[in-house]
Amino acid sequence: MTAEPVPLRPVRPRWRETLGLLVRNKVALGAALVLLAIIVVAVFDRAFAPQSANAQDIADRLQAPSWSHPFGTDNLGRDILSRVIIGASVSLKVGFLSVGLALVVGTLLGLLAGYYGGWVDDVLMRLMDMLFAFPAVLLAIAILAIRGPGTSNTIIAIAVVYVPIFARVTRASVLGVREEVYVRASRSVGASDFRLLTRHVLPNAAPPIIVQTSVSLAFAVLAEAALSFLGLGTQPPNPSWGLMLAEGREFIGLAWWLAFFPGMAIVVTVLCFNLLGDGLRDVLDPRQRTLMAGGGR
Amino acid sequence: MVLAGVSVLVFSLIHLVKGDPVRRALGTRYSQEAYDALRARNGLDLPLVEQYFTWAGRALTGDLGVSFRSGEPVTTLIAERLPATLTLALAAIVLALLIAVPLGTISALRPRSVVDRIATVISQFGISVPDFWLAIVLILVFAGTLGWLPSGGYVPLTENPVEWAQRLILPAIATGVVSGSVLTRFVRSSVLEALGSDHVRTAQAKGLPTRQVFTWHVLRNALLPLVTVTGVQLAYLLSGVVVVEIVFSWPGLGQLALQAVEARDYPVLQGAVLLFALVFLVINLLVDLLYTRIDPRIRQ
Repeated sequence: MTAEPVPLRPVRPRWRETLGLLVRNKVALGAALVLLAIIVVAVFDRAFAPQSANAQDIADRLQAPSWSHPFGTDNLGRDILSRVIIGASVSLKVGFLSVGLALVVGTLLGLLAGYYGGWVDDVLMRLMDMLFAFPAVLLAIAILAIRGPGTSNTIIAIAVVYVPIFARVTRASVLGVREEVYVRASRSVGASDFRLLTRHVLPNAAPPIIVQTSVSLAFAVLAEAALSFLGLGTQPPNPSWGLMLAEGREFIGLAWWLAFFPGMAIVVTVLCFNLLGDGLRDVLDPRQRTLMAGGGR
Repeated sequence: MVLAGVSVLVFSLIHLVKGDPVRRALGTRYSQEAYDALRARNGLDLPLVEQYFTWAGRALTGDLGVSFRSGEPVTTLIAERLPATLTLALAAIVLALLIAVPLGTISALRPRSVVDRIATVISQFGISVPDFWLAIVLILVFAGTLGWLPSGGYVPLTENPVEWAQRLILPAIATGVVSGSVLTRFVRSSVLEALGSDHVRTAQAKGLPTRQVFTWHVLRNALLPLVTVTGVQLAYLLSGVVVVEIVFSWPGLGQLALQAVEARDYPVLQGAVLLFALVFLVINLLVDLLYTRIDPRIRQ
């Protein structure tokens, strides 16, 4: 009688192979490259922007797109291309920081809940259920109503909205790997909880979390735009895409380009995060596909 | 249990505000009498724990306090705004289903065909477009350039059905397209899964006509989970249309909540948030119940 061979090492997600599959997915690769370009432009925004975001030239206001102003100018004569570029750094900063915060806190909570189970799980997940009962946009608005508008509070508000989502995804994934042979084997030879969690559980539970990160980034950019559009997020005169839409809305009949270009910037960025998320899901976590498709926002 | 927690969170809202919310809300209208009266009416002069139970007890009987701004009961303000939000959310979900079921089914039946590719591109775009930007573009094209439809406002159905419909079309499209895209993707993957399942293969092997296999074995199974997702989308629409309501000057709950934020009218904001959370929970519960009723497999 031969026993199943017990793998001495956990089956780690094979990163090189994963990357190879992702590169072969042309749509996801294209999305990743566009995102990379947007991120580079956002990081070096001052170098790429032809003018400063707030350089006004009243004589040149509400100019239609032309060679000197490819995206036109706004009601104060500010160059829209420059504002869209500098707005990218604002929008992406809020997106990355809020999702990063939610990722760290949510993953930690989900890891503890899923790994320890029992009352830890009960308490943490009921708390997450409570936060989850609030509709996302409204929760963010309520948090901003308490803390006041502004960029850093927007980051906190969006992060709070996404913490329960990361906690749930992580917990479900951890439950799947917690009883795997390699985890039990490692526990039986006396590995500490910390070592088990960081070396075995988290790396193997990671794929759905990675997918969720990409999808959440898409929605965080949308949420930042919506909150800034409502006047609760980024405050003028700083350009953020949502704020530019709000400003452009007043001139919509007169100058369509004011609202059109920042809107397109949001669509392209969000689209790329979504496409990359889909590609990552296909490669890392095919079973989740149908499950997540119904998740809505 | 969750509801109790939710109510504590909503209750804390007013106490987490920096400074004295009543004083800030009164602003220049401040007088000691007005201040005391407003605090007493909203139960803010009681000790904290007692305050919570008074507030929660009143909320259970439908009393959510009075507005800091107008002095009107919060329940009245909410009741005034509810029809507009319900109308928009229902119109949007109907539109979303009208888009999603045919489009999702066709793309699943012909995977990788031209129709499927177009549907995939459209739904990807629909998920990524901010609904309020779509709203602005729709206004620009249909209200501005073409001048076919009004750019905003709401008229009750009972007052003028034609104008009601005209004013509903653009907001419903702006919100419905996003939900429709989410649902299209769901229908597609759900039909694809049903097509590949064993019972469908068995039905085909028995030689049943394609049409019969499709309606009885594929669609029925594929559309069952749609109930859940549609419920989630409806809950999202009821609360998530805040920004679209602003763009179309739609006098709904989202607009009320935002006005409350701007006016620091915390009782109104508390009321709106509590109601949305309640609706969210109730819809999720109903969806679960409905799902167990229509799907015998999980009736255990």
